[in-house]
Amino acid sequence: MKPAWSVLLLTTLLGAGQGLFLALFAADLAGIAARGLFLYGSIASFGLLAAGLLASFFHLGRPERAWRSAAMWRTSWLSREVIVLPAFMAAVFGWGAAHHAGLSKEIVLSLGIAGALLAAALFVCTAMIYACLKFLQEWHTPLTVINYAALGCASGLTLAAALAAWLHPPLAAAYAAAALAAGAFAYLTRLASLARNARLRPKSTLATAIGIKHPKIAQIAQGAMGGSFNTREFFHGRPREVVRAARWAFLALVFPVPALLLLFLPHSTGMLFLCFVLQYAGLLAERWYFFAEARHPQNLYYQAIA
Amino acid sequence: MTQLALVIDLNVCVGCHACVTSCKQWNTFGEAGPLSDQRPYGADPTGTFFNRVQTFEVGEFPNTETVHFPKSCLHCEDPPCVPVCPTGASYKRAEDGIVLVDYDKCIGCKYCSWACPYGAREMDEQQKVMKKCTLCVDRIYDEKLPPAERKPACVMACPTSARLFGDIHDPDSEASRAIREQGGYALMPEWGTQPANHYLPRRKTARQIHPDELERHDNPLKVDGKLPRPATGEPALDDVTSW
Repeated sequence: MKPAWSVLLLTTLLGAGQGLFLALFAADLAGIAARGLFLYGSIASFGLLAAGLLASFFHLGRPERAWRSAAMWRTSWLSREVIVLPAFMAAVFGWGAAHHAGLSKEIVLSLGIAGALLAAALFVCTAMIYACLKFLQEWHTPLTVINYAALGCASGLTLAAALAAWLHPPLAAAYAAAALAAGAFAYLTRLASLARNARLRPKSTLATAIGIKHPKIAQIAQGAMGGSFNTREFFHGRPREVVRAARWAFLALVFPVPALLLLFLPHSTGMLFLCFVLQYAGLLAERWYFFAEARHPQNLYYQAIA
Repeated sequence: MTQLALVIDLNVCVGCHACVTSCKQWNTFGEAGPLSDQRPYGADPTGTFFNRVQTFEVGEFPNTETVHFPKSCLHCEDPPCVPVCPTGASYKRAEDGIVLVDYDKCIGCKYCSWACPYGAREMDEQQKVMKKCTLCVDRIYDEKLPPAERKPACVMACPTSARLFGDIHDPDSEASRAIREQGGYALMPEWGTQPANHYLPRRKTARQIHPDELERHDNPLKVDGKLPRPATGEPALDDVTSW
């Protein structure tokens, strides 16, 4: 598959926004009074979600009709995501505003619970968009959902640590420890999906694609010589070295590099923000590789131009 | 229930691309608007097509066969592209089983193309919506056309009649009879999409000649013991006489 920048940004920004909100709400649940952190943190979370939503519009051919995409929530995970995302943004906004206005504990708590449930639902919706496509075998696994959620939580916790170091220093160490734990878990599940995908055998072959039972089939012509939508959308078109570099980049940046920084450097605000930026860059590489790695069965029909 | 479909005979297709050009012509002038092309006279022309003919070589030299393989939307009975559509622009008609895209509702998110294992859907780069074969839905019900012409443009154009069009749920239709009697098969059956379009396999057309076809065992002369004179090996009148 060809990685689209709009989708890479959408999924990574949403993940960080959701993770950040869940981190803030966890501290709130634990009874920690850090109003400034909760206010600015919810603004940051809302900003990340809004940026992700904005990025998603660049994926559409007809963005002016985007409102229509809420229609088919009964069958389409994409439609469900379109409904859950604004609802979650509203909950984040309401939770932050309730803290700012000093509303009663019950109201803040109920808004927070709604936000946490919607954050979890959004992780499922976003990941199921990919995991539900059964013939994209690299994606069709529960690991896709687990990875989206775990990686999102890890980056959100790293950002929470950075914000806490700035706004509510006593919490920074706890958030940093949680970010380490979440990062380690996400790293393990991502490694598990890499190992799984390395052993995949494509179910479709040229023999099933054109229905001729012969082990030796070679394409001679694909019906067009100037390329088509099928050759543009489903092939990343990068040399193998780039794909391998993306994999090593995300394998280094998603967890090992931030973990070393967190373990061996003082937890200053700047260092923690640097951690988040590095990890976020790693997540972009991770998402790029996630798309590049997926081999669509339609590619069988587009092996040779002429 | 009706399920309209194409049945394509790979044994007959000669790879002339007449179905491709006919399809493009009909659908680019049709009521649904142009099937746009980009840089048609440039160095790297590209464009939107509903139908393509691909060519494959099967086997190893010198024992190879060239297979021409027309490829378009298969109008699956369980189309994976329909449920994923967030707007409902992609739908399967209950009355005749044609899978269609409502170009006025499509937001161009391309998710349906990811969900199609056959690569049957293409984004029109000008209209920015998803397009695919409509089985010439604007043609097959047109009562202004003579009944014999109420067929998809590709079927009308095929010079070798490699394309059959009909209701594959009607056991007496030409299409379902061909599937039944000539071993029609579906593409990528492993995904359970139940494509409505079927392909008829290549067949060997070898001639077996048995010795009794050259010299009849039941030749009455042989039965009676009256062999031809002179015998087949002896010189005949033509060999000994110059006229």
